[in-house]
Amino acid sequence: MSGVPNTIAGDRSTALARRGRRRWTEAFVSVVLRLCAFTAVAGLLLIMVFVFREALPILTDPEIQREASIAKFFATPLWQPVGDVPKYGLAPLLVGTLKVVMVAMLFAVPIGVLAAIFASEFAPPGAREALKPAIEILAGIPSVVLGFFALIVMASWLQGLTGSVSRLNALNAGIALALGVIPTIFTVCEDALRAVPRSYREASLALGASRWQTAWNVTLPAAAAGVAAGVLLGLARAVGETMIVLMASGNAALVSASPLDSVRTLSASIAAELAEVVFGSAHYSVLFFLGAILFVTTFVINVAAGLFVERLRRRLAGA
Amino acid sequence: MSPETPTVTESRIGRMPRPEPRAAGPAPAAPAAAAGAATPHLSARGFSLWYGSFKALKSVSLDIPGNSVTAIIGPSGCGKSTLLRSFNRMNDLIPGVRVEGAMTVGGLDVFGQATDVVELRRRVGMVFQRPNPFPKSIFDNVAFGLRMLGVTARSEIEGRVETSLRRAALWDEVKDRLDRSALQLSGGQQQRLCIARCLAIEPEVILMDEPASALDPTATARIEELVLDLKAHYTIVVVTHNMQQAARISDRTAFMLTGELIEYDVTKTLFTNPRVKITEDYITGRFG
Amino acid sequence: MSAAATGPLAGGLARGRAARRVDAAGWGFTALSGFAALLIVAMVAVIMGNIVWFGWRAVTWDFLVKAPAEGMTAGGIFPAIFGTAALVVLMVVALVPFGVGAAIYLHEYARPEAWFTRAVRFSVNNLAGVPSIVFGLFGLGFFIQFVGRGMDRALGLDVVWGQPSLMWAALTLALLNLPVVIVTTEEALRTVGHDQREASLALGATRWQTIRNVLLPQAMPGILTGAILSVSRGAGEVAPIMFTGAAYFLPYLPASPTDQFMELGYHVFVLATQSPDVDQTRPLLYGTVLVLLLLTFALNLTAILLRARLRARLAGRS
Repeated sequence: MSGVPNTIAGDRSTALARRGRRRWTEAFVSVVLRLCAFTAVAGLLLIMVFVFREALPILTDPEIQREASIAKFFATPLWQPVGDVPKYGLAPLLVGTLKVVMVAMLFAVPIGVLAAIFASEFAPPGAREALKPAIEILAGIPSVVLGFFALIVMASWLQGLTGSVSRLNALNAGIALALGVIPTIFTVCEDALRAVPRSYREASLALGASRWQTAWNVTLPAAAAGVAAGVLLGLARAVGETMIVLMASGNAALVSASPLDSVRTLSASIAAELAEVVFGSAHYSVLFFLGAILFVTTFVINVAAGLFVERLRRRLAGA
Repeated sequence: MSPETPTVTESRIGRMPRPEPRAAGPAPAAPAAAAGAATPHLSARGFSLWYGSFKALKSVSLDIPGNSVTAIIGPSGCGKSTLLRSFNRMNDLIPGVRVEGAMTVGGLDVFGQATDVVELRRRVGMVFQRPNPFPKSIFDNVAFGLRMLGVTARSEIEGRVETSLRRAALWDEVKDRLDRSALQLSGGQQQRLCIARCLAIEPEVILMDEPASALDPTATARIEELVLDLKAHYTIVVVTHNMQQAARISDRTAFMLTGELIEYDVTKTLFTNPRVKITEDYITGRFG
Repeated sequence: MSAAATGPLAGGLARGRAARRVDAAGWGFTALSGFAALLIVAMVAVIMGNIVWFGWRAVTWDFLVKAPAEGMTAGGIFPAIFGTAALVVLMVVALVPFGVGAAIYLHEYARPEAWFTRAVRFSVNNLAGVPSIVFGLFGLGFFIQFVGRGMDRALGLDVVWGQPSLMWAALTLALLNLPVVIVTTEEALRTVGHDQREASLALGATRWQTIRNVLLPQAMPGILTGAILSVSRGAGEVAPIMFTGAAYFLPYLPASPTDQFMELGYHVFVLATQSPDVDQTRPLLYGTVLVLLLLTFALNLTAILLRARLRARLAGRS
């Protein structure tokens, strides 16, 4: 440093001391922030470790395996964890989950995607102003409230409509689940459609295509990866959802093809049975195993959705 | 007194200590600039800079004397801002930047390993093209640098804030509303506020990157007037695309083209009798 | 046949006819999409209408401040409101420092291609997708069984920490909402212009000084948005707290983080599914649902307004 009297920074030793303190603070802050970022990684890792750890005895402990094992999961068509001879047949749960998710997606995908197209391509400004808040409200309804509505109100209507024997069934839970999933599909699809450059649409319209032709032939294909991502994210949400199915599906472990029968899903089983289970028992491990299945399934679907989002981003940036 | 409070607290209203004349300090062994006898305050020797693989500055060498105004002119993309921002290492913020050669400020090696960047930036202040006051009060804006440096005594801060605002020719306009948001000021006022903010930490050098290009002609004139006033106490380097402005306010002018320093001379000479043909072409408007 | 039908214009006429046919399909498509949108609005209206219709009478001042009585057929839900509040307060205290810290790291310090950065982003994205019941399992298996029991063993206690409590439920929810806070905070940091950073650094401020004195204050609305959204989600999720601390009826209010607690969402669940006399508890049930909805809506609305203000500021700058 030159010999300039520095009235602010003080003399040389003060400046050096301050510089040392500053260096230390910067290093400290850097480490603390890194640790904060690490909690996200640690969180995900810990979830994996601890859910799998409690599920592991199914695969490794012979004591547990006498009651429940991979083989036993598929050896019996019954799910009866409580009883003289506990039976852990996965079939009813898998079928139940599949039925509810299929009903939900059957409703949610067309409604969600079409509404997104409407909002982004055709809606007059007034309609859009009504739709956005509706979606926001729907997204803000906790799933326990949707489950409540399905259980107390919708089940009766549906029973009147379909004449089904069980008031709580796959249809009831599926429709309620669709309500929970539509905001996700709608939002992601609408974002993807909105991200398609105006120039695409303008070029199409200038060539004489009508608005719907443009939407169908130009905009939608350009946003296809985003729409796929939205559907996948909705699917993951549907598979993992607990409260709605717990309250609205009847929780009967049946294997049947009719959506008008009660079902029991993987998630609802965990929620329903975890309260009474003995720590360390076979049942306990089985429930964690179900959790592991849910985790892996939703994980895979989410990763796939992420890949689609990446593809969308790249395509719109490069194209 | 604790080491935190400055040992010398001379600033009283209207009086700011001047930096010692350059001659007393250690001087780099460099050939004097064109007509200068004093030791240069800023200098570059064979300074090159790369953004990734793109060479933005090609072995630039120049000496800038103290207490003067030097203008850097040239067409867009010629590297004038890059050169300016190298003096206070603002280019460090861009990833992938690489430098070669030497640059000194008052004898301090800018890119040296032992150089404290924070202290460098205190000594070499910068004013940007678009005024960028913080969304804080006028007072807090000017006091910002002081507080970051550890000055805590309220009275001292108040004194220095007033002095800086006076130096920046803004005091009379804002003295009654120091607590109001800086964003309420006009563009020209905001720029003078940024200058005051920079002056508060007692720099030796003020770098200005097209300081008036975002301002209307009246505000521009005031900034130019201010630059001429400040020259008495500071070394000023101004990047400008406005040749008339360079001719009005600077003592020396450097002309750059595609990363190279083409010509550097006393302003009057460069504009009336340039040595290099390209300089003449640029000045007469044959390209730009 | 006229010349028009066979000449160069014939194709145009035929195309015109085809276009009119096609237009009907187009009109149908447009109508269908409009119908989908209408369906959504209608369903929301029906649900909200039903809840408000049957619930508004139940939400009286007494309802909000008294405890439940006579087997949940009378009284109020104050303990559930209190428990929910205690839960989200603890959650926010645990969550916001880590979430904001992680976002600052990602925005200011992280190199985009470094493996650690990618690991963090990957974790944030996928944490957001973990089913809420798995969080419940995690809360039980990790916080209660592992950490809690570990603490009991280390301190030589019987069963103090190794059981469901406010603390463990709050931590579970904190992890669940970590992605929300990180993403909204990062978004907020991005709205602070680059020129602000440059101005601060050019004045000799250090990186941390710049973050603390320039970036964070300007990002505050966005950070608040994230915190409020996380509170809204925290108040609504039931599966993660079912086994980590929520209880149906407690004669006392939780006084310490190791106590169990009543909670609005959990209360709705139990009342709806396990009431011995559904008709008697119906008013209380609808009232609780309405209170829960009003709470989450108020929070979401605040967050939306804050976010709009943030976006307006960003637009105003550019």
